[in-house]
Amino acid sequence: MRQNPLIKVFLAIYLVIFFSYLLGPLVIMGITAFNSPSFPKAAPWECLTFEWFSVLANDHRIMTGIRNSFIVGIGTVILSVIIGLAGALVLTQIWPKLRATYYTIVIAPILIPGVVLGISTLVFWGRMNAFLGLSDESFLQNGIFLTIIGQTTFISSYCMLVFVARLQRFDQGLTEAALDLGATHVQAFRKVMLPFLYPAMGSAAVLAFLASFENYNTTTFTFGKYPTLTIELAQKVRYGINPSISALAVIIVTITILGALFYEMRKRREAMAIANGAPASAVSGGGFKLPKMLAGNPAAIILALVLIGGIGTVLFAQAYNPQACKVEVREEKRKATDKRIQELQEKAKQRSLQEKLKGPDIFNQPAQSPVPPAQAPSNPGSGTFGDVFNPGNLDEGDAKKTPDKGSSLNPGSGTFGGVFNPKNLNESSGKGTSQ
Amino acid sequence: MSTGVGVDLDDVWVKFGDFVAVREANVSIKGGEFFSFLGPSGCGKTTILRTVSGFQEPSQGEVRIGGTNMVGIGPNLRPTALIFQNLALFPLMPIWENITFSMEVRGASKGERRKRADELLELIALQGQGDKMVNELSGGQKQRVAIARALCAEPDVLLLDEPLSALDLKLRQHMRTELRAIQKQVGITFIYITHDQGEALTMSDNVAVMSAGVIDQIADGRTIYDDPASPFVASFVGENNVFSGKIKTITKDYAVVDTPAGDLRAKIGTAARGKLQKGNDAMAFVRPEALAIAAGRKGKDENRLTASIKTEEFEGQSYNIFLNQADGAEIKMSLVNQGQAYEHAPGSQMTLSCNADQAVVLPAGALASE
Repeated sequence: MRQNPLIKVFLAIYLVIFFSYLLGPLVIMGITAFNSPSFPKAAPWECLTFEWFSVLANDHRIMTGIRNSFIVGIGTVILSVIIGLAGALVLTQIWPKLRATYYTIVIAPILIPGVVLGISTLVFWGRMNAFLGLSDESFLQNGIFLTIIGQTTFISSYCMLVFVARLQRFDQGLTEAALDLGATHVQAFRKVMLPFLYPAMGSAAVLAFLASFENYNTTTFTFGKYPTLTIELAQKVRYGINPSISALAVIIVTITILGALFYEMRKRREAMAIANGAPASAVSGGGFKLPKMLAGNPAAIILALVLIGGIGTVLFAQAYNPQACKVEVREEKRKATDKRIQELQEKAKQRSLQEKLKGPDIFNQPAQSPVPPAQAPSNPGSGTFGDVFNPGNLDEGDAKKTPDKGSSLNPGSGTFGGVFNPKNLNESSGKGTSQ
Repeated sequence: MSTGVGVDLDDVWVKFGDFVAVREANVSIKGGEFFSFLGPSGCGKTTILRTVSGFQEPSQGEVRIGGTNMVGIGPNLRPTALIFQNLALFPLMPIWENITFSMEVRGASKGERRKRADELLELIALQGQGDKMVNELSGGQKQRVAIARALCAEPDVLLLDEPLSALDLKLRQHMRTELRAIQKQVGITFIYITHDQGEALTMSDNVAVMSAGVIDQIADGRTIYDDPASPFVASFVGENNVFSGKIKTITKDYAVVDTPAGDLRAKIGTAARGKLQKGNDAMAFVRPEALAIAAGRKGKDENRLTASIKTEEFEGQSYNIFLNQADGAEIKMSLVNQGQAYEHAPGSQMTLSCNADQAVVLPAGALASE
């Protein structure tokens, strides 16, 4: 049966929607990292800029957060892989009748909410600390230690699942063969089973690191004096964000893509070599030969292109100066604002004219209507997003103070959302005039 | 080369819960012997091998290797090496490391190991292939690597658990001769497990036939074939026709059985001597090749049997005729192809002849299922 072209069209539309849903947010975020407005925005493209990367590099708290995340991540990987491996080995050795019960118990931490694990970690080690009579500054109350322990409680279960999957394919006969040939149990484990588990250890370590790196809800209870990256980001959002966070996202996404491409390239290279009849031992060894490596290997080609693109971007960023563009944009904004002011003044004139015609008090009536929260005088920092929606924040400099000043100077201005304040107009007009 | 040491099983029982896998096994294997355990799958022969190698402790009884009781001695400390049914080669090591694994765990240097690996690779005719990985070898090559790996441990006893079952027919036949040659060359004791009677008979000095955890007979191949100790052995090893009935008359060495095909005078099996009496249920076994179409006058030791023809089958070197006894039991007769044609109408009666010395009488018992 031939395929209906209509179905093909629908399929294509569906795929576009599906992938936009998956990757759209990442693309938008990537764009905001290179756009000059100080609130992450993709839509009105103003100037290409790389300054958010340097803002990121100079952000002390973010950098400390990354460092803490790495320390916690590495600690969690080591602990989780060891505990996960031990747990998986017990599962293969345990008396078959107990297996289901044991499995349920060790898998439980995955099902328990991370918040609960965080609180219980904090409470347990706090009690432990008191029980041992140690001071509040002791090792057991250290944020890094608590975070590693807390995350390990459930990440080690993930690792165990990875090992169980691999161990199911292990031929128990190999251990017997090793014992039969005179190996001790330790030698049989180290020389036969462990090498078989190396790939699983790699996967488990990557999985554990990623789970640790992105964890928020357990860490939020345990970080103490050592906030990780996720904690820092969450705190930043509370006080208003700038595109340096997008820049961080771009870096993380790029590293992920590079890693995935590199892995894919190696896999394809081995598959190709085996298909060409070369022995597997010859494939795994040997250095890179660029032209040969690229031959018929799309992953390698894309990797090379991404690398070239990345290096090109970095070099371009060194030389590029967005100052001219910025000045231009500012000039345009100023013009647009002036125009807007004129229009509004025009309107105001007409209105006052009408007022005179109709009679008093119409102008004053809206003054009793509820005040929009964003412009409330007491507002800064009250909402979840703080004053990120405050148009005043759009200006990078000392604009933060302006709304307060503006509204306190003209108490009546709240009525119209401060549209009569020329300073506010100046900023918000940027939104209205699309370029 | 070492001369090999003997292995003795003394009243060995192995039980898994209520299930008795091995019952009262008494076996004495001489040093340097090629000894086979033959039996259908599930008869307990692999369990016996595992008790010898140390992976299974007997529930009762003693395993002695070279006269030493092996109780409590783990598989890694016994002077045995086992070749597994699936070979169990280490997939992540090159061939030479596989072969010399037993030296590696003893702490031998790399140079020493390489040297020994080269010697053994020559023995198994895989010179220069030591750096290959296991999955690059063919089935027969893997087989030989497994043998070399076991030999490298310099065992006194080599245990082989159906090592040829995964190979195709041609390779299997080739490996039989090769295994026998290697055994002759190194001179150690081989204990071989198989369900293939051809393998057991061609290679072994002695064969133990097992059924349902019990060893029915231990003897050399010729005796097993010609003088089986039980109906099971008679029907499991090679093809055999069964004529069952009650004993009509009995002398010291011969008995006459009243079978549906007629009276059959046969030699009493050695194991059944003195155990049969007139009127007992008995079974007479006659090999397909011991039957012939009756012709001329009946000889002194000759039996005449009647049966109806069912089908005929031409097999190249032989010509098979399938017949039915009066009670429906099947008879197979194999005639050597000498160019003559046999054309018999199905359903017609035929008179067969067989010599009393080529028929064996045993007390009635369980037969091997197909």
